[in-house]
Amino acid sequence: MTDAPKRTPLYDLHVELGGKMVDFAGWEMPVQYPMGIMGEHKQCREKAALFDVSHMGQVILRGENVGEKLETLCPQAYAGLKEGKARYGFFTNEDGGIMDDLIVSNAGDHYFVVVNAALRHQDIPHMQANLDGVEVTEIFDRALVAVQGPKAEDVVGGLCPAARDLKFMETTVAEIDGAECRISRLGYTGEDGYEISIPEADAIRISKLFLAHDDCEPAGLGARDSLRLEAGLCLYGNDIDQSTSPVEASLSWAIQKRRKEEGGFPGAARIQKELAEGPSKKLVGIKPEGRAPARQGVEVQSEGGDTLGTITSGSFGPTVGGPVAMGYVAADHAAPGTKVNLIIRGKAQPAEIVALPFVTQNYKR
Amino acid sequence: MATYYSEEHEWITVEGDVATLGITQHAADQLGEVVFVEQREAGEEFEKGGEIGVIESVKAASEIYAPLDGEVIEVNEALADNPGALNESPEGDAWIYKIKISDASQLDDLMDLDGYKALIG
Repeated sequence: MTDAPKRTPLYDLHVELGGKMVDFAGWEMPVQYPMGIMGEHKQCREKAALFDVSHMGQVILRGENVGEKLETLCPQAYAGLKEGKARYGFFTNEDGGIMDDLIVSNAGDHYFVVVNAALRHQDIPHMQANLDGVEVTEIFDRALVAVQGPKAEDVVGGLCPAARDLKFMETTVAEIDGAECRISRLGYTGEDGYEISIPEADAIRISKLFLAHDDCEPAGLGARDSLRLEAGLCLYGNDIDQSTSPVEASLSWAIQKRRKEEGGFPGAARIQKELAEGPSKKLVGIKPEGRAPARQGVEVQSEGGDTLGTITSGSFGPTVGGPVAMGYVAADHAAPGTKVNLIIRGKAQPAEIVALPFVTQNYKR
Repeated sequence: MATYYSEEHEWITVEGDVATLGITQHAADQLGEVVFVEQREAGEEFEKGGEIGVIESVKAASEIYAPLDGEVIEVNEALADNPGALNESPEGDAWIYKIKISDASQLDDLMDLDGYKALIG
């Protein structure tokens, strides 16, 4: 076993582009490029940005009734997922906590699943042990690249017309410059865009073709984090973990009606109870009134000084032009408009509970 | 007028018993884009090594440490409205404090420019 950080198929390109490399979940990844996090963030909101997300786990599931079987591990309605459609979801544990979040696509003759980098070593055995008669294969010979932003359709569609025909949360296979790619219209920035699974040998060449477009620039993990936070999207390990339920995490929207009613997934008892009665704490958007960012771990208090909860993600939102945060608060203080205090370096800073997302999502439905 | 550098990547320019303090270009480059500076108020006294403010970049929060004993006599208020100046001109307009030096002998513990350049490689 070696602890040396792993490299994605795009590593040489990151270095060539001046990416500042950091260790992330055991992977050597670019945190930013010379443009800087703010510039990359703005690039993605206004034009298009290319992210390397190859560190995430790409998994192929083959077998009979894969969707039905996945429903024994996830509260999502994957049985009815139509061919060519993708759906956000999560594995839950017996206590109703979230084990990981994932995207599941029905790719016709198989299901295609993308899981988080840090949890692929948990998720793969979890599926192998619990999906009877399903062949679970993690693929290591493909890069995963996200092209995100209002110009993403021009960038990707210019090289691959089939990409233009996809709507949000749809997936297909098409050739890009002779390489067979899986193209899915989704992402984690709040913008329109694509995640594209590319054969390893073609990854740099095709990424360079995207970057050759006037409106496309590379962006790193720094911008990816500020973009997803402004878009109100949870980051596993920060905002959700084994102890938080999807209802607490304000992810009830990702559990389809049939599953809410029928149950039959790990932790259903707690999740159905919280759906019926309301959770005791809730993940909310929090907007600090001053300019000081409230980082992960900052305590949230009521105006009266009672502890309400903790910030789970907090940073400066370049599009918002000020600090933005998400965190858990007691459910009776979770309504938008509620005034709270954030204890930043020992001092109470006023803030307000706000509706998520901080920026309008621009998905192409 | 002499300029000194600390291992915490601050510079001070000394005139008599008053020093102007800021962060180095190297520090600014490492921090990334600065979005907020928490500054002390004039009149506040501090000891060498003590925290005298916080610089928040898009990435993270970083403390500013006092390079010597002293007292804040002036705060660069312009940084409140334009924290990004710390990236553009950290060794110029974007100074952070003017401080009154209590013990000039502590200057001997700081580096000159050559020493600092050797530190950052």
